[in-house]
Amino acid sequence: METPQIGRSVRRKEGRAKVTGQALYVDDAAPAGILHGVTVRSPIARGRITGITFDPAIPWDEYVVVTAADIPGTNRVKLIADDQPYLATDVVNHPEEPVVLIAHADRARADEARRRVTIEIDPLPPVLSIDDALAGREIIWGTDNVFKRYAVVKGDVDKALAEAPIVVEGEYETGAQEQLYIEPNGMLAVADREHGITVWGSMQCPYYIHNALAELFALPTERIRVVQMETGGGFGGKEEYPSVIAGHAALLAWKAKRPVKMIYGRSEDMAATTKRHPARTKHRTAVSRDGRLLAMDIDFTIDGGAYCTLSPVVLSRGTIHAAGPYSCPNVRVQGRAVATNVPPHGAFRGFGAPQSIFALERHMDRVAAAVGLTPEQFRRRNFIQPGDTLAVGQTISEPVNMPALLDRALSVSDYHAKRERFARENGGRAIKKGIGLAAFMHGAGFTGSGEVHLQSIVGVEGTAGGWVRVLAASTEIGQGTNTIFSQIAAEALGIDCADVEVVQPDTSVVPNSGPTVASRTCMVVGKLVESAALGVKHALIDAGYLPAVYTRSEFQSACTRYVAAFGSLRGTSQYQPPPGLRWDDDKYVGDAYGTYGWAVYVAEVSVDMTTWETRVDDFVAVQEVGKVINPTLAAGQIEGGVAQGIGWALYEDVVWREGRMANAQMTNYIMPTSMDLPPISVYFEEVPYRYGPAGAKGIGELPMDGPAPAIFNAVANATGIDVRRLPLTPERLMSLMEPAGA
Amino acid sequence: MPDAGVLRVTCTLNGRRSVLEGHPMARLLDALRSSGLTGAKEGCGEGECGACGVLLDGTLVNSCLTPLAHAEGASITTIEGVATDQMLHEVQEAFLEYGGAQCGICTPGMVMAAVELLSRTAEPTEEDVRVALAGNLCRCTGYMRIFESVLEAAKRR
Repeated sequence: METPQIGRSVRRKEGRAKVTGQALYVDDAAPAGILHGVTVRSPIARGRITGITFDPAIPWDEYVVVTAADIPGTNRVKLIADDQPYLATDVVNHPEEPVVLIAHADRARADEARRRVTIEIDPLPPVLSIDDALAGREIIWGTDNVFKRYAVVKGDVDKALAEAPIVVEGEYETGAQEQLYIEPNGMLAVADREHGITVWGSMQCPYYIHNALAELFALPTERIRVVQMETGGGFGGKEEYPSVIAGHAALLAWKAKRPVKMIYGRSEDMAATTKRHPARTKHRTAVSRDGRLLAMDIDFTIDGGAYCTLSPVVLSRGTIHAAGPYSCPNVRVQGRAVATNVPPHGAFRGFGAPQSIFALERHMDRVAAAVGLTPEQFRRRNFIQPGDTLAVGQTISEPVNMPALLDRALSVSDYHAKRERFARENGGRAIKKGIGLAAFMHGAGFTGSGEVHLQSIVGVEGTAGGWVRVLAASTEIGQGTNTIFSQIAAEALGIDCADVEVVQPDTSVVPNSGPTVASRTCMVVGKLVESAALGVKHALIDAGYLPAVYTRSEFQSACTRYVAAFGSLRGTSQYQPPPGLRWDDDKYVGDAYGTYGWAVYVAEVSVDMTTWETRVDDFVAVQEVGKVINPTLAAGQIEGGVAQGIGWALYEDVVWREGRMANAQMTNYIMPTSMDLPPISVYFEEVPYRYGPAGAKGIGELPMDGPAPAIFNAVANATGIDVRRLPLTPERLMSLMEPAGA
Repeated sequence: MPDAGVLRVTCTLNGRRSVLEGHPMARLLDALRSSGLTGAKEGCGEGECGACGVLLDGTLVNSCLTPLAHAEGASITTIEGVATDQMLHEVQEAFLEYGGAQCGICTPGMVMAAVELLSRTAEPTEEDVRVALAGNLCRCTGYMRIFESVLEAAKRR
């Protein structure tokens, strides 16, 4: 048997290709005869299309032009409500909505032609905010502009609020956030009636695209092939939108009978594709005089944009996480996702939870103050314990220990000493310092019955050459899929992870292991890798080729002999829910997630009272995410998530003008640079999860949840200002401190 | 649109005398990528992200903001020219060991910026590294492991 493969920082599998510039991303492919595709978009938020004019100065016979009339199948992107057209026909519902596609061998000429197409539109009044949508003066979706509602209810909230000695209210807002993967979206398509359709591109979810293209072209799924190229970041931004781009590239290729590459420019990607849902959360919290939570009444609204897309599931996760890691006898969370005439908002790391957790954790500091407790005292008094039941009806059966996470976070951040010192030294200073914390959890895997519906499958093969191949549709997007799958398979097989290859996701080769989302790749799909690998091992042992204890070379020769005798060696595993997990889709109660990651984060800030700039000086992230498969990759996930959380909290401001992103450039949409981030210290408490591979849980989304509220609490600690709207730009902080006319 | 002809630029590319071609208004990035050197990436096209970074006569430039014509007679090093004879540069080795690369799209530019820093600063501080990489955006790592990689690479040189 080899040395343990789990818990080691083995090098990233595809790392060498990445550091030498050899890794191939979609824009690096340039097949002969390729055309470049571009998109003509709606210039306004809402209206009726009355005509499309093509400038006669352009020699249109040199171009391939596609409108909705060219679509062979269904002009709806397959997802949940199937309400989003690939190409608008009679109405447009948001700025940048695609209407016409153009391709030409010369990209510059394609761009020039795009500017010479005029979409004539009779404007209709747009709905541009959550308030507009709820007011219902214009109905743009269904009967009431609401895509989806959820209600989670436990106990009697109204009675508890009426009888409580102290009630604290608050309203909190979070803005949109651009995923800002450094590789813009892109697809390359080959399509014809004879061979069907093949698409290569930047994506998280090959089978989402696979299913979408089958409907778009009215073709059987076996005529569709989707291949993931190296993907330069996703963060949710390449979950659902790539289906649209793949469809567009394939429509052009279908008509042109030539390969078509469609690569979004940065501005186009920022303006037209999905962003994190803006959200507004209202809290009313009843609390006893000694600081025990009596009731939490939470109203959570997200802006879904013009089409339903993933908003119902984003809302679901945000709703379930809204009450956090606390024990409270009476809880009511009402969630709704509303329609507005802005480009559809979509998946972004955390998927609704960062929004509702931001509100909760900022509010908890305010409740603590109202009862005269410190933030940590109040939380400690109310933390969830094993055996407690969450609002959604899930009884916590794992050994969660929030007080221990809090203790460690306070200790390693030197919280108490700093809080005391800052309070003593801040008076009269132009730069005030503060420290704040957030306590939270994040459910791993799909919500509710999602994993049961997905029925994910993974294959593991032993080859004639004696090495092992993992077959899954789960994509490597930087988070380490290739490496951790190799480690998990190698551990199960007792071999070295260098002997494991993770096959490039290609729907003609790999089974559907589900989408690469929801912190599910390690925990859910990794578990399938582990059990499929064990299937290979048992096949070898049962066939008599492998002793119970064996060496690497014995394993290799056993594979060779098995393949020679039987033709192939393959283990397959399909998702089975952990025993006892129950969920009721209709009543929306039960075990919302198989398990949760748990965390306490601490932020230390400086606020310049002259320029109103906030700077994070130090950051501590303590979490329990089960067994850590690869410490370097895991810490990299946490650090990257914290960086995105800091950006969301302080810098990243999507400026809207009539429903359109006005700052769709890296120049004026500001993400953290190397100069902006503090040291980020990452600590793991490892409590193995019984149903995860080698005890691992999900990790990817968790670090997005904590930074913003910890930073806001730190700013409130530094300045005494009750900050509740994110991002906290200097302009916004100034307007809180220096009201107009004051 | 009239055909404006082709600009041919003679330069030293990764140590070899080469001719790069493009439209007279072409960017160095386009000429490099269409010559088959696709390691430099276009992340923004406006000099913000640094993924297109290459060395031009030893100086780090954003090749998306550099006219092809500017490369005439210059010595250019791209990410493809950093490793020699299968030997990775210390920066590349350190990125592998310390987790400096995640999705990899910023990595070519990051490596070039780090190589340029180490070519002029033998013992950089973390602050030196932060300043040197300030023109290179990374959305995956939060930079911490990139700083560590560059500092470790400096120790090994």
